[in-house]
Amino acid sequence: MAKYIEMIRMRFLMMLAYRTNYYSGIFIYSINIGAYYFLWSAIYGGQPSIQGMTVEQMTTYVAIAWMARAFYFNNIDREIAMEIREGKVAIELIRPYNYLMMKTMQGLGEGIFRFIFFSLPGMLIVTFVFSLHFTTNVQTWSYFALSTVLSFIINSQINLLAGMVTFFTLNGEGLLRAKRFIIDLFSGLILPISFYPQWAQSVMHYLPFQAISYIPSMIFTESFTRDEAVKGMMFQAVWCVVLIVPIYLLWKAAKRKLIIQGG
Amino acid sequence: MYAIEVEKLRKEFKSYSSRSGLAGAFRDLFTRNYKIVRAVDDISFTVKQGEMVGYIGENGAGKSTTIKMLTGILTPTSGRVVVNGMNPHKERERFVQTIGVVFGQRSQLWWDIAVQESFRLLKKVYRVSDQAYNEHMDHVIETLDIGPLLDKPVRKLSLGQRMRCELAAALIHNPPLLFLDEPTIGLDVLVKLKIRQFLKEINEKYNTTILLTTHDMTDIEALCERVIMLDEGKIIYDGSLQHLKQNWGEGRQIHFQFRDMVSKEELTSLVPVTWEQGEDRYNWIAHVLTHDMAHVIGKIVSSYELKDIHIREVSTEEIISNIYEEGIHHG
Repeated sequence: MAKYIEMIRMRFLMMLAYRTNYYSGIFIYSINIGAYYFLWSAIYGGQPSIQGMTVEQMTTYVAIAWMARAFYFNNIDREIAMEIREGKVAIELIRPYNYLMMKTMQGLGEGIFRFIFFSLPGMLIVTFVFSLHFTTNVQTWSYFALSTVLSFIINSQINLLAGMVTFFTLNGEGLLRAKRFIIDLFSGLILPISFYPQWAQSVMHYLPFQAISYIPSMIFTESFTRDEAVKGMMFQAVWCVVLIVPIYLLWKAAKRKLIIQGG
Repeated sequence: MYAIEVEKLRKEFKSYSSRSGLAGAFRDLFTRNYKIVRAVDDISFTVKQGEMVGYIGENGAGKSTTIKMLTGILTPTSGRVVVNGMNPHKERERFVQTIGVVFGQRSQLWWDIAVQESFRLLKKVYRVSDQAYNEHMDHVIETLDIGPLLDKPVRKLSLGQRMRCELAAALIHNPPLLFLDEPTIGLDVLVKLKIRQFLKEINEKYNTTILLTTHDMTDIEALCERVIMLDEGKIIYDGSLQHLKQNWGEGRQIHFQFRDMVSKEELTSLVPVTWEQGEDRYNWIAHVLTHDMAHVIGKIVSSYELKDIHIREVSTEEIISNIYEEGIHHG
């Protein structure tokens, strides 16, 4: 376990080495939150609530969804693809650790870094600028924390899967771009799932994406009842377990087929 | 016990070829032409613990592919590989704990952060105790003279500095078996000498087995008693470097500089050996066997006036390139 914790630390150091990337990140996120804030304010107009959510819940939803994204979001899919393309995966395979686990830990190191240096100060700024509603309920906060950890796991698992597909295609740029877009759209980052038409909602119920953003954000804004929150987290937990199966199978097949490029 | 046992090892790759033209590209979408390329073709050899073996061959001869199978990165198509008593591919995580690898063309250090952070991570990864680490690595760091580099990010190091750090990184867990894939590529002579000296030292101190691939024959001469030579995926020679030199490098080249111009016919009629012209018709090189040397020199000296003579041993590099050009059976 020590080696995995060391890897988190390592990634933390790497992020520190490239601070400028993250300053521009704060800026982009703030613009996104601001834009959605005004968009939703305009959509609500004078209406007290749409789909059972007040305008305050809605704007808080958007802000928290983006801030949580800073934590769960990572580029390990791109990194895996790159390491395969450049043959670096060879170096990874001569080390006594599980490559996928190491990549996940790197993602976690990145997530923790962004959470401390990005989400926390960012959230502080956003609460001063916009009128958002943050609950004082400890239970909501702890549910949200747990739910966000689960969303990190699911997002990382999907990234691992997407990255590994490049074992077979050797160039998965288009696929990775499509995946990113699908996650932003279907996870509820841009629009809460409850706003989608009924048929789309029922389709998405069989997909893991809403576990990434929709569920933790709904928990945070207290748009979910306690039962719904527990059910949501169960949904997340089940997907965490279910996704292990394709990861395991794909990794096994990938290792068998592994072509180290460039010599 | 053998450090490496390889029996009838084979690796085949599918090599796709594209059809020409737009119509061809469309056809490629559905069915693609491919042929099976055999990169490593039924090779067998063993390496004893503590041996230093040079694994040589031209580009594309299958050296890297073999190393990748021996280190568990690639799965063999067929054949048996046992390294350090384990099947590299089956027991990967346990197996890699017992080997160190340096790929000259690929860095295993983290590019953006200080070298010591990479070392620290690897120390954790290989579960090396503080005591063992200090004991072993203090020595390694001192011998390779990398102490002042440890707090610099890898991207700021020169190639020679980086390579020494790479070598140290591969030895953090003091593995009994070390694979070096072109470790001296692009390095200057001083760094090369330092690295060779160091490799010899750890081989003596820890009885470390070293398998070395390189295009630099001076590396092999300095380090390896035994060479395995590969051509088109097959082993064409496996034995001592000494033996190879005796069989192949027995001849000498004698370079004569004459005071007057001479022709090849004259020389050949006087001494019937292979003559090769030097820079001009004053300079001629005779390729002779060692025991004919005195006879040839005597004849020439008594018939012509000379300005200069050198005698040169055939270099290992020339021996190797001769073997690739003419095949091993000639000698």
